[in-house]
Amino acid sequence: MGVEGIGASVVRKEDRRFITGKGRYVDDIKLVGLTHAHFVRSPHAHARVKGVDTSAAMKMPGVVGVLTGQQIVDDKVGNLICGWAITSKDGTGMKMGAWPAMAPETVRFVGQAVAVVIAETKNQAKDAAEAVVVTYEELPAAADIRAAIKPGAPQLHPEAPGNVIYDWTIGEEAATDAAFKAAANVVSLDITNNRLVPNAMEPRAAIGEYNEAEEHFTLYTTSQNPHVARLVLSAFYNIAPEHKLRVIAPDVGGGFGSKIFIYPEEMVALWASKKVGRPVKWTGDRSEAFLTDAHGRDHLTKAELALDANNKITGLRVKTYANLGAYMSLFSSSVPTYLYATLLSGQYNIPNIFAEVISVYTNTTPVDAYRGAGRPEASFVVERLLETAARQLKVDPAELRRKNFITQFPHQTPVIMAYDIGDFGASLDAAMKAIDYAGFPTRKAKAKSEGKLRGIGLSCYIEACGIAPSKAVGSLGAGVGLWESAEIRVNPVGTIEVLTGSHSHGQGHETTFCQLIAERLGVPISQVQIVHGDTDKVQFGMGTYGSRSLAVGGTAIIKAMEKVEAKAKKIAAHALEASENDIVIENGEFKVTGTDKSIALPMVALAAYTAHNLPDGMEPGLKETAFYDPTNFTFPAGAYICELEVDPGTGKTSFVNFVAADDFGRLINPMIVEGQVHGGLAQGIGQALLEGAAYDSSGQLLTASFMDYAMPRADDLPSFQLNHTTTLCPGNPLGVKGCGEAGAIGASAAVINAITDAIGNNKLEMPATPDRVWHAIHG
Amino acid sequence: MSTIKLTVNGKAVSAEVEDRTLLVHLLRENLNLTGTHVGCDTSQCGACVVHIDGRAVKSCTVLAGQAAGSSVTTIEGISKGDELHPMQAAFRDNHGLQCGYCTPGMIMSAIDIVQRHGGKLDEATVRQELEGNICRCTGYHNIVKSVLDAAGRMKVAQAAE
Repeated sequence: MGVEGIGASVVRKEDRRFITGKGRYVDDIKLVGLTHAHFVRSPHAHARVKGVDTSAAMKMPGVVGVLTGQQIVDDKVGNLICGWAITSKDGTGMKMGAWPAMAPETVRFVGQAVAVVIAETKNQAKDAAEAVVVTYEELPAAADIRAAIKPGAPQLHPEAPGNVIYDWTIGEEAATDAAFKAAANVVSLDITNNRLVPNAMEPRAAIGEYNEAEEHFTLYTTSQNPHVARLVLSAFYNIAPEHKLRVIAPDVGGGFGSKIFIYPEEMVALWASKKVGRPVKWTGDRSEAFLTDAHGRDHLTKAELALDANNKITGLRVKTYANLGAYMSLFSSSVPTYLYATLLSGQYNIPNIFAEVISVYTNTTPVDAYRGAGRPEASFVVERLLETAARQLKVDPAELRRKNFITQFPHQTPVIMAYDIGDFGASLDAAMKAIDYAGFPTRKAKAKSEGKLRGIGLSCYIEACGIAPSKAVGSLGAGVGLWESAEIRVNPVGTIEVLTGSHSHGQGHETTFCQLIAERLGVPISQVQIVHGDTDKVQFGMGTYGSRSLAVGGTAIIKAMEKVEAKAKKIAAHALEASENDIVIENGEFKVTGTDKSIALPMVALAAYTAHNLPDGMEPGLKETAFYDPTNFTFPAGAYICELEVDPGTGKTSFVNFVAADDFGRLINPMIVEGQVHGGLAQGIGQALLEGAAYDSSGQLLTASFMDYAMPRADDLPSFQLNHTTTLCPGNPLGVKGCGEAGAIGASAAVINAITDAIGNNKLEMPATPDRVWHAIHG
Repeated sequence: MSTIKLTVNGKAVSAEVEDRTLLVHLLRENLNLTGTHVGCDTSQCGACVVHIDGRAVKSCTVLAGQAAGSSVTTIEGISKGDELHPMQAAFRDNHGLQCGYCTPGMIMSAIDIVQRHGGKLDEATVRQELEGNICRCTGYHNIVKSVLDAAGRMKVAQAAE
């Protein structure tokens, strides 16, 4: 590696603008004639809209327009879509209710938009929104899964009887049942996977701008995938045709999945800009984020593990109810199915798996992908079961895991996934060594003498990333392909622009992707510019989620680079009167191997653009594109071990140590990778100890601010000890697997396993607040 | 409407604002200093922290009028030309930021923490002092590292002066 090539912890190029206050987020953008939108939202979880009186609001100072759900319908703006079709076990399709961007007739969750006020200033829009009179007829609400599926429950959508969206299965039921019948031991657990609010620090925002003369729209939006936004807004929502719509996602302040989706507010800002003939900006406040950003998780699961007399796992049976909220968000259907149940084999050789997933509507905010998306829920089920089994069988939890690890690759699980490579024993060894697992009993005894309950918890996670082979996901119901594209422009002076369909909202692409170029060409990263987040610049892209940017987007860059290098070598060979097979690239120069003849990259580039002396028949220019479709998922995996103490007097948990050993394949920038792990661990630990969206029985969100929803703060978390083990991913030329979600996927089980170990009571739900822990200790 | 006169990043400024205008909105909307961010509506997240007369304050809890006559420093005002403030440099060098949204508030709070504690900072103190600043990306690990690193750098810089 060079100092800026693969494997170097290069300081991030993008940081200078962020640390000097020069980042450019959507709310920072001002346009001539800008107006401001504020939404009128439902205070009820379920109600019929009897009337919307906008007359008083229209007379308020500064008001430019008041638009309602009925106008959305009248303008034939399409209902929001769900992009992944799931088929129930009886062969029927999913039962999807209509979701208009603003509700004309019925509201189904608190915070659903009914109307929007557009005014000269934000305060004027807020004031006038207070003057919009909406008459509601309240309806009974179903605020959680149990309330939604019980007989006589309030019906949300006529399309979904009993509020069931689908009842889906995977795996072999009869074989799994047989494994349980023959089992020497069966372990069973009821698990609640708590509902989370993503809470990217930048609230969602959008500016719609319509140019009447050109009949052209521009949308500035907080998106993880601007091209998908453009596609959906044009193909399904009928707001603007694709060639008349530019979507720009500038600096975006975190996403964690919640900014994948195209929300009503962005649709309305764009649509309204044409209605009022002026640019319309909407910036959500934090309360709106709590009420309207897609939430995550929210499963009720019964899980059972069958083992033979030698403690080998013979079967896994899972039944999960998943709460999708009041409407089906863009990828909501896939999260508790193909992103969840396909990972239920974990790191283990499990010959028989059967899972049933029943997704239901409730009168709550829609639920969709949040960091890990289905995989944290799967990992939690598997790792809680393994820990519980070890305790029940009175064997060491590390040894039980090791005994059942998959050791031969490739490995086909009973639930679709074909793991390509891994070394689960190596990760576990590394984590156990780092935390001094062998010394734990001594430390526990010492803690006991000091009145503290000390526990240790393991979690050996696996995830499927590099999302995803288009043909495979297409066959499973996905409405889009999940390839990625890249374009490399070597400019006439030899500087390089890399245009990627991935989108960075904290991941550091502007640095990592430059390192890929530096590695191959030997040019400094200051000569390379990463361009992303603008549909007018980048040819196309599927965006960033599912830890896919490097494995899929990075590979697309490599594929485009190969084409650039091939052409550049031809030009260099022609100029140096050598054979192109003898040309090697070193330190930004094209050299004739074994000679002192060379030509620098800028001269090759200039030759390509002057075109005065190119090989016969060669097109001028030095710019290539590639679309890369992965052949398989990638499978990051690792072992986390958490050691903590519980104060039996207060139920408060304090971390002693948190150790991670991850296998992400090759690391391009270890510093950035570790940052991703830190952040993921914080979200996993947050889920385990602090976070939980709570609704009351009428469907009011009780945790709708940072005063009420416990975000992890600096003093809630430990410093982390990270380790890496490496098996190179065989599925892509970089050998990379992805690192963005691992922490969030593996951490929560490690924490809960540690607390339940400490207190000697396995019954403990997340978030394990001091109150819950105290009751688990004292009954 | 009132005319508010104050000093921002060393320059005398004045702005005509509604009486209910918060300092953060005066900075962002009237002065175009968009480095100061709004991340919540309950004064919890700290993305809006600026210095008023040398003390870290959440600019979303201060009316613009309350800041009249004071000297406000924002994230845009702490570097000397191209030379970064030691806290800015430490955040970059220790990968103390990812999406960058909480970063200006973090840096402004962190400078205040170091100034108040001088050489007596340790990890536990930094973590406790950062209670009023929320980051969703970094898990705070590298932010804590950055602050401790900067504390050393600021001491050296102070000694040199």
